[in-house]
Amino acid sequence: MPNLPDRPEEVSSGLIDVGYLPDDATALVAFLAIKLGKPILVEGPAGVGKTQLAKSLAETLGRELVRLQCYEGLDEAKALYEWNYRKQLLRIQAEAQDTGWTEVQDDIFGEDFLLERPLMTAIASPDPVVLLIDEIDKTDQEFEAMLLELLSDFQISIPELGRIEASTMPLVLLTSNNSRELTEALKRRCLYLWIDYPSLEHELEIVRLHAPELDEKISRRLVEVVAMVRDLDLKKPPSIAESIDWARALLLLGATDIDTKTFNETMSIIVKHRTDIDIVAERVGVKLDSGEDGISAAAS
Amino acid sequence: MPPPPDKRPSREASRRAALFSEPLENPLDAGLTAHLVEFGEELRGEGVALGTSELLDAFSALPEVAWNEPTLFRETLATTLAKSPEDRAIFDLVFERFFFRATELAALTTGIGEAGSGSGDGQGNSEIDVEALREQIARAIAEQHEGAMRDLARLAIAAFAQPGEGSGVLGVDVQRIRRSLELRTDPQADVPQDDPRSEGLPREGIRRFEQLLRQELERQQIERTSSLPAARPLHELDRALPSGPLQDLASVHRVVTQLKRRLKTQGQEHRGHRRHAHVDMRRTMRASLQTGGVPITLRYRPVRPRRPELFVICDVSTSVTSASVFFLSVMHALHDSFRKMRSFVFIERVSEVTDVFERERDFKAVSEAIARDAGVADISGYTDYGRVWGELLEQIQDELHPRATVIVLGDARTNGRAPGAELFAQIAARAGRTYWLNPEPRLYWNYGDSVIDTYAQYCEAYECWTTAQLENFVKVLTAPEATRP
Repeated sequence: MPNLPDRPEEVSSGLIDVGYLPDDATALVAFLAIKLGKPILVEGPAGVGKTQLAKSLAETLGRELVRLQCYEGLDEAKALYEWNYRKQLLRIQAEAQDTGWTEVQDDIFGEDFLLERPLMTAIASPDPVVLLIDEIDKTDQEFEAMLLELLSDFQISIPELGRIEASTMPLVLLTSNNSRELTEALKRRCLYLWIDYPSLEHELEIVRLHAPELDEKISRRLVEVVAMVRDLDLKKPPSIAESIDWARALLLLGATDIDTKTFNETMSIIVKHRTDIDIVAERVGVKLDSGEDGISAAAS
Repeated sequence: MPPPPDKRPSREASRRAALFSEPLENPLDAGLTAHLVEFGEELRGEGVALGTSELLDAFSALPEVAWNEPTLFRETLATTLAKSPEDRAIFDLVFERFFFRATELAALTTGIGEAGSGSGDGQGNSEIDVEALREQIARAIAEQHEGAMRDLARLAIAAFAQPGEGSGVLGVDVQRIRRSLELRTDPQADVPQDDPRSEGLPREGIRRFEQLLRQELERQQIERTSSLPAARPLHELDRALPSGPLQDLASVHRVVTQLKRRLKTQGQEHRGHRRHAHVDMRRTMRASLQTGGVPITLRYRPVRPRRPELFVICDVSTSVTSASVFFLSVMHALHDSFRKMRSFVFIERVSEVTDVFERERDFKAVSEAIARDAGVADISGYTDYGRVWGELLEQIQDELHPRATVIVLGDARTNGRAPGAELFAQIAARAGRTYWLNPEPRLYWNYGDSVIDTYAQYCEAYECWTTAQLENFVKVLTAPEATRP
C-alpha cells in the first residue's frame, strides 16, 4: 500500500497519475483530510467531479472505496446495519427443543446474523477505506443527525452488540449539490471544499488528459465553446464528464473543426434539455461561423 | 448570527484567556494565535457562523502545511473556517482586509517605512517610460501574473499619481490611474500584433489590478498619515429586506432554503392519514424478532409529508417595487421545490407567471419577462384590489381546496378603489390557509389608503420587511396545525 503523502503536492501528483487533475485547493484539502482524519464536505454544481474525486483518492491511496448513495427516505437499516432476520428465524426453528432461551438469544444477536451496510463496512474494515457518502443533501435531517456519531468518533452503537469502533481511520468524503442547506453540526465536523467549474486552461488540460489524440486546436475550441454554453444559464449546464465525452465523440467522427454543422449534430452530448437545446442553438450555434476571433472574444 | 455587540468584549476576553493559558505545543507562537482568534472574531462580526471547534481545526491544520506560503495559508484557513459558498465570499473579503490592516499596523508600530514613497520626491517620474509601462501592465494583466501586477501597480502610482494631487478619495484616484493607463476590455487596433492589448484585456484581470492599485494607495495613505483608518464593516446586519435585485440575494436564499427544509421535514406528519398507512413488512419482521418471530407489533411505512399546494400572489406596483423584487426572488427560489405551485403577479389586473418561472432560470430575465409580458398595469398603473380578486377568483376557484395555501404579498393600499373584501373572503374560504405578507411596518398599517384590516379578518396578516420576520413567517407556515374545524 502506498505511503501516506507528506505534502499537498504528493496528493496532487498521485491524483494526476490516476487521471484526475485537481486544482491547488482540492489537493490541499484532500491532504489535510488525510493528515487530520477529518471528513471532507465537497460541494459544487453537478458534474464538476465531486464523486470522481473520491474514486480517484481511493485509487491513488490504494484503498477500497465504500459508497453510500443517499436518497430521500434512506434509513439506518439501509445505511448502517440490519439483523438478518430470515437467518435468525431459521436458527430459532432449527434449534433443538431443549436448548435454553438464553443460549438462543445470545446466539441470534451475534455478528453472524448482522448484515453490514456501507457505513458499517467502512467502520469494521480491517484495512483503511475511502468512504463516499454521495449526495448527502438528498437525505432528511434525521439521517444527518445519525451520521454525526460516525463522523466525529468513527464509531457505531448497536443496542444488542454494543459499540463498534473503527480499527482503522477511513477517509470520509461527503458530497452535496447544495439542494438544501446542511446542518451546522454536520458542517462543523468537516473540512469544506467548494469545487466550481474549472477555468478554461484547467479544463483544457483535463480534456487533453482524457482525449490526448484530439487535435490541440480543436480541444481548445471545444473548451471555449463549453465555457460559452455554461455562461448561458441553462437548466443543466454541461459537466466536465460531458466535455470529455464530446471530445471523444469528435475524435470518433474525425472532426477537423467545430463549425455550426458539427456543433448542431453533436450538441446533444453536452446539452440535455429540450429548452436548453433551443437556447444553445440560438445563441452559440450562430457565433461559431464568425470564426476564431469571434469565439475567443466571446469566451473571454 | 453573531452575538449581540454588548456582550462581545467579555466573551472575547475570556476566549483569549483560555487560549493563552494552555501551553502551546504547536509551532505557532502566541502572536499568530492571537491574530487568528481576532480574525475569527472579525468573521463572526460579519455574520459567519464560526464555532470554537472550527478555530481549533484551523490550529491543528496549520502545522501540517507549509503555511508561510500565502495561498496555502489562505486555503487552509478557508477550508476549516468557511463552510458555504457565501461564507467563503465573506471570508475572502475579511481575509484581505484583516491581514492588510494587521501588516500595516505592525509596520507602523515597528516604524518600518519606505524611503521615498509618499514623500513627493518624484524620483523615477522622468525616467519611467510611460508607453513601456502601459504595455508591461497590459501583459501582466493578460497573463494574470499576480506578483508582476503588484509591482507594476506601485510603478503606475509613482508615474501617474503625484502626491498632493490625490483627490483624497481612493476610488477616484484608482479610476484616474486606470484611465491614464488606457486599460480597456475591447480590442485596440493601434498596437503591435503581439501586444496583449490588440485582443482586449480580460475584465477579471483589470478588476484585480484595480484592487491592487487601491490597496497600494491605501497603504501609502496609511504611511503618510501614520494611522489606520477606521475599519469599515462589510455590510450592515439586520437591515431591512433587500431593495435592489443584487443586494444580498444570498441572505434571501438562506431564508428560502430554510423554508424549503422545514416544509419538507416538519409538522406535516401530524395530519392524520393513519388510516391509509401501509404495513412495512421489513420493519414488522424485524420487530417481530423481539417476540420470537411472531409479528405482534405492526410497523407502518412512514407517512411522507404532503407538500402543500401553494398559490402565491404578488403585488408588483410601484408602491412596493423594492419589496416586490424581493418577493419575486423568493417566489423564484420556491418554484423549484413544489411540484404544484402557481404564481401570479398583479397591479390592476392579475396575470399568471408560473410558466415564466419554468422557462427562465435567471433572476434578471424573470423580472424583465414579467415587466414585458405580464401586462398587469392596464391603464393607470395603480393597484386595483377589487378587480384583482374578481379575476383571481375566476381563474383559480376550481382549483382551490382545503389543502391549498394562498399567500398574498402586497401592501393593501387600494389607491381609494374598492377593496373587494367579499371576493377576497371567498378565496380565503375556499383555500385551507390564507396568509398576507405586508412589506410595510405595522406602524403604517391602516394609515392612509391601507385597508389591511379589511382583509386581515379573513386571513392571517404578517408584517414582513426584514429577513427575521420572513423567517418567522416560515415558522408559522410550516408549523403543525393545532386545531382545524
